[in-house]
Amino acid sequence: MSLGPIKKVSGRGVPIIGDDIDTDRIIPARYLKCVTFDGIGEFVFYDERFNPDGSSKGHTIDNPKFKGANIILTGNNFGCGSSREHAPQSIKRAGFNAIIAESFAEIFFGNSLMLGIVCATMPKSEILEIVRIVEDKPEEVIDIDVEKKSLIIGGKVYNIEIKDSAQKAFLEGTYDSLGELMRNIELVKEFEKGLPYRF
Amino acid sequence: MGKNLFQKVWEKHEVYKLPGGRSQLFIGLHLIHEVTSPQAFSMLRELGLGVAFPDRTFATCDHIIPTDDIKRPFADPLAEEMMQAIEKNTKDFGIKFFSPETGYQGVVHIVGPEMGLTQPGITVACGDSHTATHGAFGAIAFGIGTSQVRDVLATQTMAINNFKVRKIFLKGKLGKAVYSKDIILNIIRKLGVNGGIGYAYEFAGDVIDKMSMEARMTICNMAIEGGARVGYINPDQTTYSYLKGKPYAPKGGDWDRMLNYWESIKSDSDATYDDVVELDINNLEPMVTWGINPEQCIGISENIPADDSNSVKEALEYMKLKPGQKMKGEKVDVVFIGSCTNGRLEDLREAARYLKGHRVAKGVKAFVVPGSYTIRKQAEAEGLHSIFIDAGFEWRLPGCSMCLAMNPDQLVGDQLSVSTSNRNFKGRQGSSTGRTVLASPVTAAASAVAGVISDPREVFSI
Repeated sequence: MSLGPIKKVSGRGVPIIGDDIDTDRIIPARYLKCVTFDGIGEFVFYDERFNPDGSSKGHTIDNPKFKGANIILTGNNFGCGSSREHAPQSIKRAGFNAIIAESFAEIFFGNSLMLGIVCATMPKSEILEIVRIVEDKPEEVIDIDVEKKSLIIGGKVYNIEIKDSAQKAFLEGTYDSLGELMRNIELVKEFEKGLPYRF
Repeated sequence: MGKNLFQKVWEKHEVYKLPGGRSQLFIGLHLIHEVTSPQAFSMLRELGLGVAFPDRTFATCDHIIPTDDIKRPFADPLAEEMMQAIEKNTKDFGIKFFSPETGYQGVVHIVGPEMGLTQPGITVACGDSHTATHGAFGAIAFGIGTSQVRDVLATQTMAINNFKVRKIFLKGKLGKAVYSKDIILNIIRKLGVNGGIGYAYEFAGDVIDKMSMEARMTICNMAIEGGARVGYINPDQTTYSYLKGKPYAPKGGDWDRMLNYWESIKSDSDATYDDVVELDINNLEPMVTWGINPEQCIGISENIPADDSNSVKEALEYMKLKPGQKMKGEKVDVVFIGSCTNGRLEDLREAARYLKGHRVAKGVKAFVVPGSYTIRKQAEAEGLHSIFIDAGFEWRLPGCSMCLAMNPDQLVGDQLSVSTSNRNFKGRQGSSTGRTVLASPVTAAASAVAGVISDPREVFSI
């Protein structure tokens, strides 16, 4: 729970084009057989990146020109499917700390927030515009400002959408919710006594 | 104006409004399994925290457990390590574990309801997206990630945004060989795989009122496949009859007290919704998926779309199918009947009813994985296992099995499976080139018999 506010994310972008990129694609189920998240970063998008014989499929993540990128640019409904936190964990441990998409699946969004991955949405046309820029000039730096809800690349400013509650959590450093929840533990204990059911 | 069930249950469980706008929501029932919980327990240990309400968490083992031989240690050392972790974690923290030895092990979303833990008007969370299944009882149930599992263990609460509520009103009657699986696939087709983001789905209509609890669970189970983290159905006499006498269901005076509570949290007749959608199911056919997400489905006599959009192209290329063709007649390699979607007793009874006297086609590997030991025992008492075995199906031990293929049950190469599970994502069933076609248990049984994707109404003369 090493928490600090997240006000800005800067770095280079990598396009991972497509809609409905599901959690099985982000991290295939066979890599969930682990009792720790350590080392899971190397398996991110594994079957999208490698053929069954281990040869590369030439995924953008493995393209040398996008090496070192930390911001994913993608499509609609990113992270749909399973609740496996292994998905955002593998993304984070592979070095990504922001994702720009048209929309996010809900459980994935919540899991990413918990880990301090900034998930922001933009209209498709603008994402494609930014993709064209990074395809041409992969070294171009993207600046995401969480407070202003803006993204700057090549001098151009775009508006981005970040859920208000998520924005607040990033700015206040409460995106990992445990601290906030623990503060009210006495209240929770009282509350429980009033619930009509137990097992 | 009245309130809907979601609003009422949410209010009953909201402990505190957090400064950022999220709610601190009390989780009345927490279910855990071996895949998404070990890291949460490690985090607790690192932080020196305990489990706040161990009597509100129940565990089972389902994702990695083999369905043929569960002799310990498991053949897969990684699976064995995960099993040992849940055994140790539940023991160390005083959590009830429905292990195979108890005779109650099974898929987490099947065990909760059959133990009577899942009840109307409660909140349920589990580190699994198909937790929406429990909504069939009028519970607010949703999947969570591992850090949230940690939160629930430590505080029995979590930080979560409120939901909008969409009522999905189903009009009409079910045709022959059409099941709740076909209804939910059709809903996802109509509203899209992301149509439900931000929403809880309330399913209603005459057809829902007449449905068994098992069929209702199938519908709520797949709400998440339509993007809705929560799906629910108002409780009624069917719900109460199912619950009565279950091991953890309220007894004696508690039953009457809880019955009053359950009745009180039903959606009011003048309840308001953020959205209402009406769908006609009168002409619904048995459904099959043709693509790589559950929205990409058609009625068995329909043709695959012939449009040249990128998503259709990507799906057809992966599935090795052609635009405009039918799914009917495609060769089948594997048939899997099971999972939290369709691994319940009613599913097995229905498939067995039609399979009786038929044989699985040559070259098709077909297997049945009952959702739990309770179901397996009951099915055996009814002789269903003999029908399956005589037909050429394998009769397995309970678990998630080839729904997500974390155990040895996996497709090989580009095998095509007709599966009663919930996801046809690329690589979902254990092979990065494996192909999944989702269908109801009876459509799956018909396809096993014919050796090709088939209309059950034709194969079984229904």
